[in-house]
Amino acid sequence: MSRNTDHPTLGNLDFELEPERYELMSGLASIQLDRRDFLRSLGGGLVVLCLLGRAEAQESRRGRTGGGGSGGEPREIGAWLQIGEDGTITAFTGKVEVGQNARTSLAQAVADELRVPVDAVAMVMGDTDRVPYDRGTFGSRTTPTMAPQLRRAASAARSILVGLAADEWGVERSEIELADGAVTHPPSNRSIGFGALTQGRRLVEAIEEDDAPRPRDRWEVAGRDAPKANGRDFVTGRHRYASDITRRFMLRGKVLRPPAFGASLKGMDASNAEAIDGVTVVREGDFVGVVAPDEPTAERALEAIKADWTTPEGDRPSSQTLFDHFKRTAEDRRGRDDSGPIGQALSQADAVVEARYTIAPIAHAPLEPRAAVAEWDGDRLTVWTGTQRPFGVREELMNAFRLAEDQVRVIVPDTGSGYGGKHTGDAAVEAARLARAVGRPVKLVWSRSEEFTWAYFRPAGLIEARAGASKDGTLAAWEFTNYNSGGSGIEPPYAIAARDIAFVRADSPLRQGSYRALAATANHFARESIVDELAHAVGMDPLDFRRKNLDQDRVRAVLDAAAERFGWQGASVEPGHGIGLACGMEKGGHVASCAEVRVDDSGRVEVVRTVTAFECGAIVNPLHLTNQVSGSVVQGIGGALFEAIAFEDGRILNDRFSRYRVPRLGDVFDRVEVVLVDRPDLPSAGGGETPIVAIAPALGNAIFAATGRRIRSLPLAPRGRLPEA
Amino acid sequence: MPPTLELRVNGQPRRVAAEPDRPLLGVLRDELGLTGSKYGCGEGQCGACSVIIDGMAARSCVVRLRAVADREITTIEGLEADDGTLHPVQQAFLDCDALQCGYCTPGMIMAATALLQDDPDPTPEAIAKGLDRNLCRCGTYPKIVAAIRQAADRMNGGDR
Repeated sequence: MSRNTDHPTLGNLDFELEPERYELMSGLASIQLDRRDFLRSLGGGLVVLCLLGRAEAQESRRGRTGGGGSGGEPREIGAWLQIGEDGTITAFTGKVEVGQNARTSLAQAVADELRVPVDAVAMVMGDTDRVPYDRGTFGSRTTPTMAPQLRRAASAARSILVGLAADEWGVERSEIELADGAVTHPPSNRSIGFGALTQGRRLVEAIEEDDAPRPRDRWEVAGRDAPKANGRDFVTGRHRYASDITRRFMLRGKVLRPPAFGASLKGMDASNAEAIDGVTVVREGDFVGVVAPDEPTAERALEAIKADWTTPEGDRPSSQTLFDHFKRTAEDRRGRDDSGPIGQALSQADAVVEARYTIAPIAHAPLEPRAAVAEWDGDRLTVWTGTQRPFGVREELMNAFRLAEDQVRVIVPDTGSGYGGKHTGDAAVEAARLARAVGRPVKLVWSRSEEFTWAYFRPAGLIEARAGASKDGTLAAWEFTNYNSGGSGIEPPYAIAARDIAFVRADSPLRQGSYRALAATANHFARESIVDELAHAVGMDPLDFRRKNLDQDRVRAVLDAAAERFGWQGASVEPGHGIGLACGMEKGGHVASCAEVRVDDSGRVEVVRTVTAFECGAIVNPLHLTNQVSGSVVQGIGGALFEAIAFEDGRILNDRFSRYRVPRLGDVFDRVEVVLVDRPDLPSAGGGETPIVAIAPALGNAIFAATGRRIRSLPLAPRGRLPEA
Repeated sequence: MPPTLELRVNGQPRRVAAEPDRPLLGVLRDELGLTGSKYGCGEGQCGACSVIIDGMAARSCVVRLRAVADREITTIEGLEADDGTLHPVQQAFLDCDALQCGYCTPGMIMAATALLQDDPDPTPEAIAKGLDRNLCRCGTYPKIVAAIRQAADRMNGGDR
């Protein structure tokens, strides 16, 4: 233990606490910090650093190996927490808030451990100068990984506060309690605020992450409804998104986009643009942008540029030829082998389904388009932007401008949603490029058309499958190949004797990337449609058929919960209506959806009712989990019924909301019922993604029930109507 | 130099130097610092920019400045009472937690406020019609419907 020294040492690595003279409370391991002076920005009081366990560090560590000292393993910090001298509680995390309400749920975890109300905890999120490194906010990892780290830090802080009070008062630790932001000793009626206990000292403790979060039965703040943190700022319009940030002397930027993907700039004449008062044209290689005092002038300048582009020659895949293109470019052409176990099982099955499913590419269309404000101070760069990966964007900026880590700061204000669509820093790099060229801060906001065209898409998919069942309803054979869209959720929750499941990569003509639940929607759509077909083929109720074959109890539980709320058994269905269901699991979440649709003579599909049951372990915040499930279902209805990106010759044909239909209020009203299944005995998993996966197949199966038509492509009802038969 | 125009925004006269054909949204955000109204599409389809002009909901991204010179414009910033009391629609959105990322929320609240002025007791169909061009990509619609119903009930004098 090192105390009261100017340069205390942690393990092998100098842990420079100058100039703040933090007093180290324990000599734990070596610590590797991105910025050793981060403590300076924290001020006084008590600071607890939560060091990542080895496994978590593996998951978290960036591509390079840490430059530790000789011998000791450098350690990564997952989160830290500060209790200021004035008693304010602040937790620091690299996660960001994009509408999933992690700001609220993480504050609940801290509040729980420190026995304070949830609004007593301030969360600092996604500011690379102030928070520990984090890979990003995706993969439903915030609740299972970040919440336990913050809990651990807060629990250590609690323990330290109790120890300080026990020393101060000369009493037993066991007689001390925490309540309402104070440490109390009931026998002597003494009480002292958290901050006052530090007595002007600056204390720092480094603790190990552990795998034993506070058991659910001891939660007090978590496990209950907590409204959105800072909700008032949002209903008053006060919250500043990245696109609302303003800096002194700030100018507005726009970027010249090629007419098609893959086009390169042959030449340009920017003299007309440069002649406009206050306009600067910036060209660096194929990058061309303009900077102007205001946005209309920047737009005018952009239009005034005469640019000559070379577009790639030859036939390019389009929405029409996309799925054949996948098949043609598949990295692994799986041959059909009817002599193997699958072939044999299929030949012995009483019912066989062989079918091809297609899933169109879709856009995230976050309501806040990509936006960034960039400001240079000498060779130091600060960028405000909306992204799910602040440290990833920092790295993009470091690479683009050859800067070191400590020369770039990325600040992510709570962002106008992402859904997996904001992993990259395109707008940040563009704004920084323009700002560097003009030596002034620059704001760049992508237009809706840019967002639809130059962001990335949920991968389209082609799925080929053969499956068989015996006449008693036992699934016997399962051959399932997903081309291009991905392997998420490809594993069936059913017991099947003969299986052959694969994801095969193929060439994508579109830039593609992450999306809420990734390919799990595609794989669930195909799988749950096939299962439905087999159930009908052997004359079994689709619910009974699934129940017979499920080998996942948690899926069975949500299926039963959804079916019960929906009134599946014995449901009387009006003519022209149909009901369908589907279930599945992914990323620790378990989901089942039931849907009723009405299809009129013109093929128009109306969602009459949906019920979705979801279970992801112990529920942290029922209010916001309901919101996530409900929101997933609404978003899922869009991809299920009508969303599809149309493209041709390297151009997006529906690059606006008037051509790309997303769910509107009248498409769903309040017809999205949610049943939460709580499992207080199980650790909490994330809930923002998996609830989306079952609604598309449930709707497809309902359309089949209503019309006898099996639609094997998403969207099921482009432009609101079923495709021509 | 662009001409100077006089506007009435949230009950205050405001002078701006801007081209008359410029969309109102950019003027509100960039010239008047009223960033509560959001850009979402620029074609009047998403409603993130909704404001109230002479009692009617309008998409400020497609309204030209010259069209509003002598009109009364209310933005989300003008909805709160001077003492900080939220408008019943704002309060209902907060109470029902009818928001996720919140980017659509100001426009949603403005459109809902205009709707309730027009139709104090809207059916779900009337709500759908009134908010057809207000997109919430987070899909918070069921709670938005609940918030509008709650606001309607409160504004009509009580919780039914």
